[in-house]
Formats: sequence, C-alpha cells, structure tokens
Amino acid sequence: MHPAIQGLLTIVIGVGACLSYFYFSNQFLDKVLFPAKGPQAGRNINRANMVRPWLFLFPALFALSLYLAYPVVETIRLSLTERVTQPDGSTVYRFVGFANYVQMSADPKFWEAMWNNMFWLIVVPALSTAFGLLAAQLSDRIKWGNVAKSLIFMPMAISFVGAAVIWKLVYDARPPGAEQIGVMNAVYVWLTGNDPQQWLTVPFWNNFLLMVVLVWIQTGFAMVILSAALRGIPEETIEAAIVDGANPFQIFFKIKVPQIAGTIVVVWTTITLVVLKVFDIVFAMTNGQWGTQVLANYMFNQLFVARDWGVGSASAMVIMLLVTPILVWNVRNARKEMR
Amino acid sequence: MATVSLQDIRKSFGKTDVIHGVDIDIADGEFIVIVGPSGCGKSTLLRMVAGLETVTSGEVRIGDRRVNEAEPMARDIAMVFQNYALYPHMSVFDNMAYGLKIAKTPKSEIEARVAQAAKMLQLEPYLQRKPRELSGGQRQRVAMGRAIVRKPAVFLFDEPLSNLDAKLRVQMRLEIKALQRELGVTALYVTHDQVEAMTLADRMVVMNGGVADQVGAPLEVYGNPQTTFVAGFIGSPPTNFLSPALLGQQGDGQIGIRPEHMAIDPEGALQGTVAYAEALGAETLVHLRAADGTQVTVRQDAAHAIPAEGSAIRVGWQDGAMMRFDAAGRRV
Repeated sequence: MHPAIQGLLTIVIGVGACLSYFYFSNQFLDKVLFPAKGPQAGRNINRANMVRPWLFLFPALFALSLYLAYPVVETIRLSLTERVTQPDGSTVYRFVGFANYVQMSADPKFWEAMWNNMFWLIVVPALSTAFGLLAAQLSDRIKWGNVAKSLIFMPMAISFVGAAVIWKLVYDARPPGAEQIGVMNAVYVWLTGNDPQQWLTVPFWNNFLLMVVLVWIQTGFAMVILSAALRGIPEETIEAAIVDGANPFQIFFKIKVPQIAGTIVVVWTTITLVVLKVFDIVFAMTNGQWGTQVLANYMFNQLFVARDWGVGSASAMVIMLLVTPILVWNVRNARKEMR
Repeated sequence: MATVSLQDIRKSFGKTDVIHGVDIDIADGEFIVIVGPSGCGKSTLLRMVAGLETVTSGEVRIGDRRVNEAEPMARDIAMVFQNYALYPHMSVFDNMAYGLKIAKTPKSEIEARVAQAAKMLQLEPYLQRKPRELSGGQRQRVAMGRAIVRKPAVFLFDEPLSNLDAKLRVQMRLEIKALQRELGVTALYVTHDQVEAMTLADRMVVMNGGVADQVGAPLEVYGNPQTTFVAGFIGSPPTNFLSPALLGQQGDGQIGIRPEHMAIDPEGALQGTVAYAEALGAETLVHLRAADGTQVTVRQDAAHAIPAEGSAIRVGWQDGAMMRFDAAGRRV
C-alpha cells in the first residue's frame, strides 16, 4: 500500500476510534447504565451527569498515567534494584536499597555533571531572559523591530541537535596554516597570529561555549513573551513617569520591569526547566568529555552506554527531584499571571 | 503658580491636522476647563502643554518661559490622568513620592510633603497600600496627591473623573475645585462633560474640530454662545434650532432658543405635536415635533401641567431669548 494512503487510513481509524469512544460510551451511559426513563428517571439523569466528566477525562488520564506515572514508579523501582544475570542466562532484579545512589555519589563524573548543571542553571536562564528583555525593549518602537524580532526568534525553530551542529562549525578548528572555517578560530588566528585552538576541549570555558547554544535558542522565546508583556503595560503609567521626570533607564527598570516581574519569573523558570533537561546539545557537541558532562547526558551514558540500569535510574530520579519544585512553582506563577 | 499662554498652537499627525491654531491666555491661579466632544483635540492640546506631544507650530509659554522644547519634568507641571496611571507595584506613599525621589528631594522633606498631601486628601490610613487595594475614588485621590506633592506651577487634568460613578464624580468635582482654590494653582482641565465644565471653570474653552469656538466665563458662554456648536453643546438639554421659515421670518441660518426659555403658551409663535414628555421630578422635559419635523424640547417646572402625548400645543418665548446664527453657524 502507498505510504500516503496508509497514513490517511491511520488518521481515519484513529480519529474514528476517538469519536466512537465518546459517542458509544455516552450512549451506553444514557441508554443502558442510567436510562432517563422509568421511576428513577430524575435520579438517573443526575447520576449520568456525575459520571460524564470522567468519561471525557478517562483517555487523557489513562495515557498520562501509562506514559508518565508508570515510568516514574518503574524508575524508582529500578533505581533501588540491581540487574543480575543468572548462570542459566535469565536476568533477575535484586533489591539493593540505596546502593545505586551511594555508588553514583562516589562517581566524580556525577558530581561534575551536578556542578555543570548548576552552572547551566544560573547562566542560561539569566542570560536568555536578560537578552530577551533587552531585545523586546529595543525592538519595540522601531520600524524594522519586527524583522529583528523574527531573526532573533528564528533559532527557536531549529532543533537542539541542529543548533549544536551549527555551533560546532563556529568552534571548528583546522590544522595550523589551513584556512579556518570556524568563525571563532578565524577571528582568533587573525587577531593574535597564534595557532587555532580546539575550543570545545578547553576545560571549564567549554561549558560556556555549550551554554551559548541554548542561550541563542531561548532568547527568542524570552523575547516573544516579554515583548507581549511590555506591550501590556498601561501607556499612562509610563507617561506619568515621564511627567515625574524619570529618565529612560528609570522608566525601564523602575516602572516597566516591576510591572512585568511576574512574567519574567515565568520565563525564567520555564527556561530553567529546559536547562535541567539539557541533553542534545551536550551529546552532539562533546558527549560530556573535557569536563562538560551534564545530568541528562550522564543518565543517558549510564543507561544506554554502560547499561547500568540501577545508576542510570538513580540519576534520572535526581533530575526529577530537581525539576519538580521548579515545575510546581512555575505552574503556580503562570496561574497567577492568568488571573 | 504661573500664567500659561498658548499662541497659535497647531498640531498635525503626519498629514492629518488635528489642531488648527488655538490661542488661550491663562491668568495666574485661574481654573480653565477645555470642553468638547471626543476627537475635538482637547486631550492633544493638554498633552502638548504637558510636553507629552510635540507642538507642530505655535508657542507654549508657562510663566514667561517658552517651553516648546522643554522636557515635561522641566515645565513645572503635574498631570492627573484619566485612568489615574498609578504605578501598580508601588505603595500609595511611593506613588506620591516617586517624582520627588527622582528630583533628589531630601527624605525628610519627601515625608513631610506626602504626609501633608495625604492629610489634605484623607489618604493617611492607606499610605502603605498598593493601588489595587483601593477603591476608585481613593485611587483618584492618590493621583491628585501625586500631583500636589510636587508643588507645580500648573495642574493638568485629563478627564480625571470619567472613570468614577455619577455620585462620586459630583463629590470629587467639589473636592478638586476646593483643592485648587486652597492651593491657588493654575489649572487646565479637560473634559467632555459640560456640567463639569460649567461648575469647575473660571473660564472655559469650547473646542470643536481642533478649533477653540469660544473662550469665556461659563455663564457668558451659556448665555451668549458664539456658534451653533457652542449653543448645542453647552446647556442640557441642548438648544433648540429652528429655521427662520418655520417662524415666518426671512433669511437663512438658524434661530436658537434654549429649552428653559420656552414655555407652553396658547398664544405662542410655534405649533407642535407632543411626542413624549419626560418627568424628572423637579422639572419636566416636553418633546415636540414642529410642522417641518424639527424636534423641539421645552423645559418646564414640575408645577406646570404635563400635556398629553399626541396633543397639539403652542409654545412661546420672550424676544430676548432668540439667538440668531448665520448660515456658517456664527452668531449674528
């Protein structure tokens, strides 16, 4: 069968199944379970209406618990067990308590990943939000502001791996004497006359070179949200500040920024969540070598390269523990903004 | 305290001319109300005095200084905005103190001035609250307080009462007037509400389509309107306009007679059918349709009998009540 027809068929079957689920389950509820006739008619209608929301919620709840709640429980279980291969070739999972966590905390690579993640956590949200705010403010009142915004937003459309490849080319090094195709080395060689450097192998600073990629992507996101927030500020408060004698910097920092503080927090925490999960960029550019390991990549290495399910799951739990409070806070702030 | 003078002020946005040359001289301590329908350019005029809009041509003088190019801050003015424009993230105290802080006023003096203004406006219990925790009337007072503490030479008000309910509006109107008298500050007040204009103004400026149709004391403007627009805009209900032909007279143009100067009179000069009557308690508005279809309103005391709807009656007036306007709408 032609793949297009196959795809079409899948869509028809999928949508049809969803529709028939809602139709027939409601029919069943109204006609069979609680029919709206007989002596119990009134009570049955009330009962059916109490059940109905759950009918609509069920598919989502089911999918969420299957793909989110179950993996969490399973990961907790795996992080507390060890996989042992029996002499006859079968595998059993043995409960080992917190041994995996103890083992992980003795691994210097884990602490390297923790520290690097903390660095990422401070630098990327701060820079992305700051640049986004700057871009939003500066592009607000100029004619070509929208063109500038589109350009700044464009990296959002590039996948993390794609962005990593682009920036790897920026940091690329050719042998001394050859034409440098990496912008950074080209400028460096031209300015200093030194030999080109393998930038991504320079410890500590290479972390920042990786962070640049994420900042480059997330600035567009921050800019779009903050730009909308800036436009929501009542013009009269700004005019009142002008009459009060505030200069442009005072207007920006004392009048505008405090009024969009809530949005800034939401943008900041949203980017923080992205940062905590950062994987693709590190995986594609250095794979955690030369002191650039981060938690998600560490987890990937443990799970799928070293095939150590216990430590891999333990590191996944650490990431989840770090993400959860920020997530809760983020959702709360976002709700407050909506009110 | 200062005089303000506007000399042939013009304003265009791109190719659109909004204000076509306005001249006003405001004396020291005078309360001037600029009144007109929306879109007549009254707010733009005020914003040019404030320095929030550039002046296309003409001259704005505050005191004896040309301020066309001066920053709002340097003009020695304070402005009260329609939506109050309070800083939502600052307390009432900080809202009032912000301008002084920027001007690097000593802290003790800021506190003294804010305390004084708060006392004057009965805001003392609310100084630590945020604007969202205040009622509309209280917010309005904070906006006034913010203007007062700066001790400006000129107060500018941009429709400050239009967001309040009717009862509060009357109360705040009285307070603004009392405050301005007490402080003796020159005030320029923009409104579309002719009642506010009549009650507040020492002199009022009636704007129409970017032109000041008439400048004068409220009662003078009411009693002696210079154009049909002013006659129709000032006074409620508005002036009745009759064609001379209807009264058996020669000439074109219009004759204006105020509803309160008309009375039902069997000997009256004008005949009409009663369309409907509005009894307002103290007075009754009788709406008639004249022979040529013109709507005519008669305002009479509640003591008089209310004519039945559909009945034909005659109304009369004294000769002095007639205001003649030429075809261009100017007073003859």
